[in-house]
Amino acid sequence: MSQTDDNKIILKVTTQSGEKHELIALDGWRAMEVIRDYGLPIKAECGGACSCATCHVYVDAKWQDKLFPPTEEEEDMLDEAFEVQENSRLSCQILMSEALSGLSVTLAPGSEPE
Amino acid sequence: MSNSPSVISQNPGEHHETDVIIVGAGPVGLFAVFELGLLDLKCHLVDILDRPGGQCAELYPEKPIYDIPGSPLVSGQGLTDNLLAQIKPFGAKYHLAEMATALEKTDAGKWRLTTDLGTTIEAPVVVIAAGGGSFQPKKPPIPDIAKYEGSSVFYAVREMEQFRGKNILIAGGGDSALDWALNLHDIAGSLALIHRRPDFRAAPDSVNKMRELVTTGKMELIVGQVGQLHGDDGQLSSVTIKTKEGEFSRDVDCLLPFFGLTMKLGPVAEFGLNLHENLIPVDTEKFETSEPSVFAIGDINSYPGKLKLILSGFHEAALMSQQAFRICRPDEKLRFQYTTSSTNLQKKLGVR
Ligand SMILES: Cc1cc2nc3c(=O)[nH]c(=O)nc-3n(C[C@H](O)[C@H](O)[C@H](O)COP(=O)(O)OP(=O)(O)OC[C@H]3O[C@@H](n4cnc5c(N)ncnc54)[C@H](O)[C@@H]3O)c2cc1C
Ligand code: FES
Repeated sequence: MSQTDDNKIILKVTTQSGEKHELIALDGWRAMEVIRDYGLPIKAECGGACSCATCHVYVDAKWQDKLFPPTEEEEDMLDEAFEVQENSRLSCQILMSEALSGLSVTLAPGSEPE
Repeated sequence: MSNSPSVISQNPGEHHETDVIIVGAGPVGLFAVFELGLLDLKCHLVDILDRPGGQCAELYPEKPIYDIPGSPLVSGQGLTDNLLAQIKPFGAKYHLAEMATALEKTDAGKWRLTTDLGTTIEAPVVVIAAGGGSFQPKKPPIPDIAKYEGSSVFYAVREMEQFRGKNILIAGGGDSALDWALNLHDIAGSLALIHRRPDFRAAPDSVNKMRELVTTGKMELIVGQVGQLHGDDGQLSSVTIKTKEGEFSRDVDCLLPFFGLTMKLGPVAEFGLNLHENLIPVDTEKFETSEPSVFAIGDINSYPGKLKLILSGFHEAALMSQQAFRICRPDEKLRFQYTTSSTNLQKKLGVR
């Protein structure tokens, strides 16, 4: 388990324009909620209902296998995202936990707020 | 969804006069019809979506809502259906699949709202219930795509004939992409559907029909994504296509991307109202905007302490209606009544 000393759950985010941020996540929160609550640029229009695809991120290759695989609902919704890659996920469908501390994601094109 | 109360939309392009024009048929716009209706004010609703319900119907029809007072659990579509049933006695007129594009004062001092399909509506009062903005097609973040929009790149099909003989590329995997592939392959010069994966979320029946057309050589299916666009003066000539196997170029005259809808503030920004961070500031007594007799209720407005909840919008609709009445019926007296005990209100509701 990759944890920091004080047991904080870390979420690393690269924005659409390449800025890097290290956020402190809360256990059980969605990665999207953490990104949004820090005020980083994410549209996340449906607020986590898996019905907009505007929370699309690329997951760092090292982490891809550590996440729950996407549900059919998430796969279907990814059809409404752009530039979808093997490592594409909807960040509202990633629940943060200690096991995911250090997770690194990049906000995908199309996730920018208006 | 099949047993939703049906709503008949007015023919576009006509002129109407009414008491109140409501821009946006989301839950808040719908409930405003009720509150205004109790005061005998007639309404016309305009929405770019082809059905009422706003976010509830478009973003989460099947998801549960737990904080509607008195409804322990109701789905987004369920709430919409209940609201439609509740406002039915008031006979509001709907203008669906139309974008409210302009708002201006007439010489007679009324408001005139115009839609993209040429409908005009005049009324003394306008209520902006535009929520998170109008639902509009998502535009692919492809460099230069704006240069081709309207000439070679289309997010909707209004006129099928304009695609006759053209080399068409349709992008997407949902019902719109599939429906238009099935409808246009006959008249197209060539037609290809491009989708990121071999599976489709569209209705299985359409998917089967599409696969049949592919087998018989009447259209192509490309598993991949659109890369760059190439052309001159807004006229597309080819598209770079990215697949797992690599990139190639394809001759294309028209690209039709179907990636669902997203909310954009849209034309409301040009209505001449004060805006603050894409929201319309209002007072908390009447929910009136910077323009007297133009109100803003629901997610689109802002005031100190605002919560973007459906129940807040309902409250705002009730208070707004009081002032709307004073404007529409300056010579009549406003009386406070309960639906429980007022025979007058019960007659309006058709329960007496
Ligand atoms: C996933 C999700 C879950 C939610 N859960 C809850 C919940 O549990 N409880 C709760 O209280 N709230 C919830 N909300 C928020 C709630 O849906 C909104 O507060 C509510 O929809 C706002 O209603 P509205 O009528 O103001 O606007 P909207 O529902 O946004 O409707 C506005 C309508 O106006 C139309 N429009 C805008 N501009 C134009 C124009 N120029 N021309 C034509 N049409 C136009 C739009 O197309 C849209 O249909 C949730 C939202 C989401 C996304
Ligand atoms: S926030 Fe809408 S799909 Fe994730």
